[in-house]
Formats: sequence, structure tokens, C-alpha cells
Amino acid sequence: MLGLSRKDTGFLIAVICLTLATPIFLQPFPETSSLAQFNAGYPDLMQRFAIYGIFVMGFNILFGLTGYLSFGHAAFLGVGSYSVVWMYKLLDYNVLPGLVLAVIMSGIFALFIGFVSLRRSGIYFSILTLAFAQMSYNLAYSVFTPLTNGETGLQVYLNDPQVLMSEGAPTSPHLFGLVMNESAKVAVGDWIFTFNVGYYFTAIIAILVFYLSLRIFRSPFGMILRAIKTNRNRLNYAGINTKPYMLTAFVISGMYAGLAGGLLAAMDPLTGAQRMQWTASGEVVLMAILGGAGTMMGPILGAGFIKYFENIFSKINESVLHQWFGWMPDGVQDFVIGVVSPFVGEGWHLTLGLLFMVVVIFLPGGIVQGALLVVGMFRRRNGHDGPKKQESASSAAQPAE
Amino acid sequence: MDAIILQILNGLDKGSAYALIALGLTLIFGTLGVVNFAHGALFMIGAFCAVTVQKLVTLSFEEVDPTRTDFLGNPLKVQMPYVDALFGPSAGEFLINWSVPLAIVLAIPVMLVVGITMERGLIKHFYKRPHAEQILVTFGLAIVLQEIVRYFFGANPIPTGAPSAFAGPMDIGAILGFTPGTVIYPYWRFVYFIFSAIVIGGVFAFLQFTTFGMVVRAGMNDRETVGLLGINIDRRFTIMFGIAAVVAGMAGVMYAPILSPNFHMGMDFLVLSFVVVVVGGMGSLPGAVAAGFLLGILQSFASMNEVKSLIPGIDQVIIYLVAIIVLLTRPRGLMGRRGVMEE
Repeated sequence: MLGLSRKDTGFLIAVICLTLATPIFLQPFPETSSLAQFNAGYPDLMQRFAIYGIFVMGFNILFGLTGYLSFGHAAFLGVGSYSVVWMYKLLDYNVLPGLVLAVIMSGIFALFIGFVSLRRSGIYFSILTLAFAQMSYNLAYSVFTPLTNGETGLQVYLNDPQVLMSEGAPTSPHLFGLVMNESAKVAVGDWIFTFNVGYYFTAIIAILVFYLSLRIFRSPFGMILRAIKTNRNRLNYAGINTKPYMLTAFVISGMYAGLAGGLLAAMDPLTGAQRMQWTASGEVVLMAILGGAGTMMGPILGAGFIKYFENIFSKINESVLHQWFGWMPDGVQDFVIGVVSPFVGEGWHLTLGLLFMVVVIFLPGGIVQGALLVVGMFRRRNGHDGPKKQESASSAAQPAE
Repeated sequence: MDAIILQILNGLDKGSAYALIALGLTLIFGTLGVVNFAHGALFMIGAFCAVTVQKLVTLSFEEVDPTRTDFLGNPLKVQMPYVDALFGPSAGEFLINWSVPLAIVLAIPVMLVVGITMERGLIKHFYKRPHAEQILVTFGLAIVLQEIVRYFFGANPIPTGAPSAFAGPMDIGAILGFTPGTVIYPYWRFVYFIFSAIVIGGVFAFLQFTTFGMVVRAGMNDRETVGLLGINIDRRFTIMFGIAAVVAGMAGVMYAPILSPNFHMGMDFLVLSFVVVVVGGMGSLPGAVAAGFLLGILQSFASMNEVKSLIPGIDQVIIYLVAIIVLLTRPRGLMGRRGVMEE
């Protein structure tokens, strides 16, 4: 179906179902229970899951397929955000023109940066992309202040032209009247599910670009990109000029990032230069590696994982810990809380760093490889015969898609 | 003329820090072939050694001073540092005043231990793995180290003063024969430059004039042959990693009075230091030092008002711009050796 193999069609349908049902299954605990703070089904976070999913999908087309580690992808995110906010300022709050412009602008930007950076490979490529991104970040703070509004951040003011703005049009981002931050709350027993317009808008875009990247992964073009990762010289000897392929991959990946940045501004109509800082580029690298670079689903899981950590795990403070471990004897309780508290709340970065190191050291294939290992172990325990054992072992060593 | 000298001087202290960190990075890369993203964290740990020493010597207890009274007429309670009580007021005063330079005594063993532990515990397992994975694992380590420091010292910068003898500005213009008052330069920055020149000279002398250094240089050129000659090159490289950590740590200790240490200062410096290393040429020690000073001085020239009005925003991007131009025109960097990290 849609040019996909039967297995991929099933995969795509599974992803679509999961994405559409996200508001339900991220809300597993009833509102009244003490675990309710682990519910992630609120609009802001769900939108972030989808948006950063798009961002990391794009990064994965570059890093996962070709192995070129870009440390400057946040620049495209920033360009996308600025484009959308500018369209709000000039036209009106409809997100569509902004998103189109975001993709085009980040594509042009990526074409330029990619054209220069791809002249080098390895660590030099990483440093070049980092240098470009940091330059954009610094310039956004200084010279480009008329365009970016400097440290204040770009936002819509009352005296902006907004030429398409009509009487009674929504005064927050919308798609032809569908206001993004509107949501419907449905209460089922103790559970409250929030179905948000913005989330479904981002989710549908995410599904579309997921399909696109699935096609890229399976296409001859994707094959060439993989070949570049394996051995670029050999491709050159075979008479294939790798440069246009690399550049195309870079531009596509930049456009994904621009789209993600645009969606960030579509959910919340303001932006600032800090979206372009290198720490944001580092974050997307963390996401891709943690989930499993080069696999379809891994990076998206990684993005979800990190965003979940950032928003939920960081809220666990000492009083919550006291509540949890209240059943222990006092001395033990204090000891346990003393041990746990550096790793939660404000210290969630520490946990993330440790986890990331563990993944890089033991599971270079990320969460996906870990899952495959576990599946493989179960298969072996259930007494399957030799050939299957080998199959699961090899699929664990080299995680397929 | 005096304006130019002032800008060169302004560039020297940042340039010294870049050069010291880049030197350590290059030592590690040249010997072990590892790209160490945690090197900025080592610089940061060094700076926090200075903070620790300052905190230790100013640890104090409350004491009643019988000679003075407060405004109610009661005997005044004063904070009495332990060092004053132990060594007498003058020696105690001296220790508190000179806590930053003294922190080097603490920093050397600490950094040596941290460096060697890092190498044996983690980096050792990454020799054979791709550079991308080395970058990633050391990046993770850097996050962990800086979060540990934040846990103990908090997220705010901690002011750490220079010794009062070097605290004020000095009038270099008067020394060099210009009109007094035109070239004013903070004393401590000058000390920092001298200090880094000594450290850099020391490292080069160590590599050039000792047997140990000779073996290390030989190992950098051809590791296998040196190993075949029956020399345990791995152990020496581990020690070199420790030395690189010590260099970064000392750079951090002495930088504490210039920039109040905070937990993410390492990352801020690391990004620029990597640019410095790449501009200088991966694996070239003189290249790293030269590029460090060059970029530091260029940056301070770019932040002159005359230059800024000519090309707006140049002060923000000059380093990256130079890096891009150098990488595109001289792919090996300014002094890079042939065959290091090419394709």
C-alpha cells in the first residue's frame, strides 16, 4: 500500500494508531491517584513529543543514514520558528503560510550551510556545522536584532501590519479557524483525557513526514546514503558522485528541522535565539543516539523519552519522595531519599547523562537494540531452534529498521 | 599604537585559556587518538578546585572578641577562620589571600587522579571505536561531571578573588613608555598569561628534553614500533592523559578570578577550544598554542568599536568565521600533519 512493503504498511498503521491514541495511553493513571503526576497526556507535552519527533526524524536521515554528525541542527529549528512568527506579524495568525515559509527558508539555509560544510567530513564536518550554528545564534542576538528582536525574542505586537487579519479572526495560532490551543476534555470515570487541536495538527504532520522518511529509508536514494556511511571511497571508485546525495540528505534534514521549529512557533506564537544554541543541537544528538540512530522508530522513542524526562521526571522533588518512601522506617527512609534525590528533580540531567553514557558504552544501537536483545532472549528461552537463534542474534547486533 | 597593544593584551588572557585547553586536547588526541569532549569539564573541575580551597581556608567558627563590643555594649561575636586560629592571624590572612594560587597544589594531584581514572575507566575502551562514539561518550561524561559539580556547588557563579597584591589594574603603558593611563590592564590577567606561558613551555620542554617525552613523541609517530621495542607505551600515554588533565585543571584554577566559576563554564570553553584545535590542525601541539593565541587576539580586535562600526556583529562571529575559512582553504588546519584525521 502507498508504495510500501506489507511489513512497512503494518508498521505505518501501527505508528498512526499509536500517534492518534497518544492522549489516551499517556494518561494511564486516574487523576485521584498519587501517580497522576506521571501522566504525560497534557497538550503542551504531547505537542512537544510530536514536534521533536519530527526534528529527530530529520536529523536521523542525515546522521542515521550517512553517519555525518551535525552539531548545528538547531540553527534550522530557529530559522523555522522565526519564519512562522514573521508570517504572524505580516499576514495573520493562520499557521499554514508560516509553515510553508519555514520549510522553504530552512531549506535554503541548509543548502548554503550544507554546500560549505560537506566539503569536509568526520570531525571537521561536525565543527563546521557547529560553527555555522553558533554564528547564527550570535548574530540573532546582535546584528539581526531587527529581524529577531534580540534577547526579548520575536513576538506579535499590536501595531504589526497583519494585512490578512479580519474582524473576529482568532488572535492565537489557528488553521483556517481551527484554534490550536483549543482542546476537548473527556472524563471517563477517574480518568480525564485531553484531545487538543494543536496536538492532532502536529500529529498528522508528524505521520505525513514519518511516511516520507520511511519512503526515503526504503528508496534507492536511501540505499546510496547507507553506502556512503559504509564506504564513501568505494562509491567514488564505482563512479558515483556522492556530493549531490549528501547535499540532498542535508537539505531534507534541515527542512524537517525547520518544519519542527515552525510547529514550535505554531503552538506558541513566540520564539527566541536560544532555540539555535548549540545545546539544542546537542539535545537532538542525544535523542537520536539514545533511541538508536539509523532505525526508523528509535530516534522518535529517544525524543519522547528525553522530553518525558525533562517535563515529568524533573518535577519529582523531596516531598514527593517522602510521600513515596513514607512506609519505610525513618533512618532507612532518610538514607534512601538521600541516595535518590540527587538523581531526580533538578538533577535529572545527571540521570540523563549517566543513561546516555551507559547506552553509548553498552548499547550503541540505543533503546531499539536493547529491545531487540530482550526479545531475542525471550525467544531463546522459549526453546526455538538454531537458525532462529542466529537470526535474532544478528538482528540484535545490527538493528534493522 | 597604544590601542593596538591594549587589544593584543586583552586577547592574551582568553587566548591563554584557549591555548592551554587546546594543548591538552591535542596531547590526548595526538597520543591516544581520542576526541575528548569532556576536556572542558576538566577545566571546570580545576576552577572548582580553587573554589574548594577558598571555601576550606575561609571555614570559620564564631568566637567572642573581648576587646570589641557591639552597639548594645555586649562583647562582639566575630567569625574566626580556622586557619587564623591554627597558624596565627598573619599566616591565616596570607592563606586566605593567596587561596587561588595555592589551589594549584590541590589541583595537580586531583586532576592527575581524575585524568588517569577517566582514561583507565572509560576512554581505554574506546580506542578502537569510531570518533563519533568517542565524542558521544565523552559528551555524556561531561554532562555527568558538570551535574555532579552543580549538585555540590549550586548553579550560581561563585566569585573567587585574586590575591590582593594582583587584584588591581596595572599601567603597562607607563612601563612601555607611553603616556601613563592609556594602557591599563588588570594585573591578574597578566599573571595568567605569564603562568600559561610557563605551563606551555614546561609541557614542550618535558616532551623535548626528557626520555619520557622522547618515548611519547616516538609513540605519537609510530605507536606499534615503539611497542615492539619493548616499551610499555600504553602506560606512558595514560600518564600523558593525566598530564593533559592537569594542564586543563591548572588553566581552570588560575582562570577562577577572571571568570567566577559556574558549572557550565567548561562547555562554553570546550566549543571554542575545539574550534581552536581544528584551526591549529588536529594533532599539532604548536598549532594548538598558536591558534589559541591567534583567535583570542583576533576576537579582542574584532570587539574594538572602530572594527564593529565597520562590520557590525563581527565580534560575535570572528572565531567561527576564521574557523570556516581555515577549514575550507587549509583542510589540515594551520599546522596540521599530513594524514591525521583525513577522510
